[in-house]
Amino acid sequence: MSAAKANLELLPRSLQALLALAFLALALFPLVGTDFYVQSVARMMILAMFAMSLDLLLGVTGLVSLGHAAFFGLAGYALAFLTPAGEPVSLWWTLPAAVAASGLAALVIGFFVVRTHGIYFIMVTMAFAQMVYYLFFDNKWLGGSDGLYVNFKPDAWLFDLDSKLGFYYFTLAMLALVYCFLRRLLWSPFGRVLAGIRVNEHRMRAMGYGTFGYKLAAFTLAGALAGLAGYLYAAQSGFVNPELMGFHASAHAIMMVILGGMGNFAGAIVGAFAFEYLLHWFKDLPQVGAFNLGKHWQLWMGLFIVLVVVFARAGLLGALERLTRRRPAAPVPTEEERTA
Amino acid sequence: MNEVLLSARDITKRFGGLSAVNQVCLDLHQGAIHAVIGPNGAGKSTLTHLLSGDIAPSAGTVTLAGQDVTGWRPERISRAGLGRSYQKTNIFLPFTVWENVRLAAQSRRQRAVRWLSLAGGFADTNERATRALELARLQHRRDAVAGTMSHGEQRQLEIAMSLATAPRVLLLDEPLAGMGTAEAERMVELLLRLKAEHAMMLVEHDMDAVFALADRLTVMVNGQVIASGAPAQVRADPMVQTAYLGEEH
Amino acid sequence: MDLANFSIQLLNSVQYGLLLFMLAAGLTLIFGIMGVVNLAHGSFYMVGAYLAWWLSSMTGSFTLALLGGAVLAVIFGLALERVLFRHFYHRDHLDQVLLTFGLIYIFEESRSILWGDDVHGVKVPDLLSASIPLTDTLSYPVYRLFMAAVCVALAIGLYLLISKTRLGMKIRAGAFNRDMTEALGVNIKLIHAIVFAIGVALATVAGMIASPISSVFPNMGAQVLIMCFVVVVIGGIGSVRGALIAALLVGLVDTFGKVLLPQLAGMLVYMLMAAVLLWKPEGLFRQ
Repeated sequence: MSAAKANLELLPRSLQALLALAFLALALFPLVGTDFYVQSVARMMILAMFAMSLDLLLGVTGLVSLGHAAFFGLAGYALAFLTPAGEPVSLWWTLPAAVAASGLAALVIGFFVVRTHGIYFIMVTMAFAQMVYYLFFDNKWLGGSDGLYVNFKPDAWLFDLDSKLGFYYFTLAMLALVYCFLRRLLWSPFGRVLAGIRVNEHRMRAMGYGTFGYKLAAFTLAGALAGLAGYLYAAQSGFVNPELMGFHASAHAIMMVILGGMGNFAGAIVGAFAFEYLLHWFKDLPQVGAFNLGKHWQLWMGLFIVLVVVFARAGLLGALERLTRRRPAAPVPTEEERTA
Repeated sequence: MNEVLLSARDITKRFGGLSAVNQVCLDLHQGAIHAVIGPNGAGKSTLTHLLSGDIAPSAGTVTLAGQDVTGWRPERISRAGLGRSYQKTNIFLPFTVWENVRLAAQSRRQRAVRWLSLAGGFADTNERATRALELARLQHRRDAVAGTMSHGEQRQLEIAMSLATAPRVLLLDEPLAGMGTAEAERMVELLLRLKAEHAMMLVEHDMDAVFALADRLTVMVNGQVIASGAPAQVRADPMVQTAYLGEEH
Repeated sequence: MDLANFSIQLLNSVQYGLLLFMLAAGLTLIFGIMGVVNLAHGSFYMVGAYLAWWLSSMTGSFTLALLGGAVLAVIFGLALERVLFRHFYHRDHLDQVLLTFGLIYIFEESRSILWGDDVHGVKVPDLLSASIPLTDTLSYPVYRLFMAAVCVALAIGLYLLISKTRLGMKIRAGAFNRDMTEALGVNIKLIHAIVFAIGVALATVAGMIASPISSVFPNMGAQVLIMCFVVVVIGGIGSVRGALIAALLVGLVDTFGKVLLPQLAGMLVYMLMAAVLLWKPEGLFRQ
């Protein structure tokens, strides 16, 4: 029953160094980047947070949710509803409210969904997410297919979210916070139980763990964190629509986590950046003869996904780890390494 | 007479029209090993699943340390003091030996969910885990990844994990399965060491081990108990000899 | 609601339910026997509809389009199984989800490149274009009855195939114990290919016969996929009987729901699913 592969949970020193460098690069980027790219990278960081929240479910706990984008979108809609037509609203109460809304939705949906297993779980998460999608799509008073505008960026007092720089650094701070929180969670007793559930849920129950409760807690927490990302996304783009919530968006998030490498959150960040970059690259492909390559980006994306699944399941970090590994077995982590 | 820690009365499991386990009665005493033997398909593993809560009974009762645990979910029965090992090794292959037992031991912590403290830092959990490893003689392998160990060592880990929850009752499903002579001897020695502090049920096919270990013996055929009592007595029972032992010896 | 209206809604429910059954039966068979989840199942439905439009506009005959489309669907199904799906039977569900999600993109874009993104209508063949009068003002289209009849015929055919033929016996044996069946000399690979082709054909033919009613438009696969998943969840994975009961149930709840409670319309089916999940998390007829 213990068939699950080992995740790359413990990041080797070389990878940790690379990540630290990457963080530094992100912090310094606005000094060299144009406004447009600063915005793009900020959006990638937001999607990275979304991907990390999914990694908690998918990579750590082993729950394949095709409905995670619903919680991402719900928080964005919450901001849209809470922002009045004439003035900005304070971030300091709307952010917690939006995150709580997503968390509550995750708790309710999770209550029905977490009792299923395997393929059922995948199908019901997809079904409930599409239910949320159609709820917003079909109802004009919820915005309908056109969506809603977020008329003003929220007021964050210390941070000026209206400036590209202010928003960028606020997002970077949030990204760092979420990453540190999740890394810490991974090595906590709660995180170890989730990992155990992924590897062998049956044995966990036999050992006395009430796995339903743990899975529900993970589902709710992941939903709340997705809401955090969704709120920032809506704040940045100023616009929400049902497309944020459908199973396509959820599948994109799964791709990000897979592409980067599951189970360590750093992979989710790498995967989000790589996926977004690739997506835009595909969309910007030029016209060749009569054939507009960029218009048919879904074809290239589809082929790419198929190729990744067939050939590169361990993701980018997995491949990198194999390249930088010197000894055949992974070294035993010391206390310091484990807290990284 | 030692205390009865686990008691099954008329426990029955029906699948459609078939009775996999039919009105079985069983008592497990503190400090004694009760072996259950029988041909393949006799219902021994099903019986184990019924006692541990992995399967719900169709009829009958199970009592654990005086409490009626009939129909309880496996996690609840485990918390009430029952530990079990599996016929097919059921460990966490990607984790180290230490993490396997630590996770088992952690299940006993009363405080529900700790999100921000390091899992490795709880003294009581670590103590329980260390003691389980010592009992199973696996301390020297604590940093090995479970999936890289030999079959025999994995079976030892299987036992260590069932001990790490500090149970009073142990259900062991074919702990010697697939072992060579030396490994089997070590396992028998381990099981004898465990006897004093637990009430144990042992499902086994290895007859040498059974007669070395059992204080009481129950023979099952086609879901029913055909003999139960002291090993020498059961061994001499003509029905048992024709049904089972006659083919083995 | 008077009797005539009620009859119409009832007929609509059954017809919609039967159509969903055709899709769900294919999905549940493929999953039950080969353990593969296929998100691209809705794409087969879409391909069927586009084939019906394309072939009928080329040949001028809906019947020819149906027959030709069915043959093409079987060939397509066999090829897809041989080249791709066969290698994923043993992979975990996550891999299958991603693979088939990638396929959705590939199918949608290929359709866009080959046939464009416009909405098309498919003409109901003259033979079936009449309506049966129910009252002075209401009548029921013969074509819808034809659709229901085709679904029923295929359902009966499927039942007979699985329970009464040697092939069906081999299919059931293979689902129960693959290795043993292979050891007994049955060509399991061929069985799997046939089952897959049947699943694809059912979905494609469903798309073909539905096209005159639903029109032919991009993204029609996604809409029907979700309903199909809901049906399989309610009915129980691997159970064709469960798929039939669940599909009829969904057809009834959806059709009557839209008429009686229009504000909740889209949500009712999901509420049904949620209720079933509380009672039986593995579906009504879990194998």
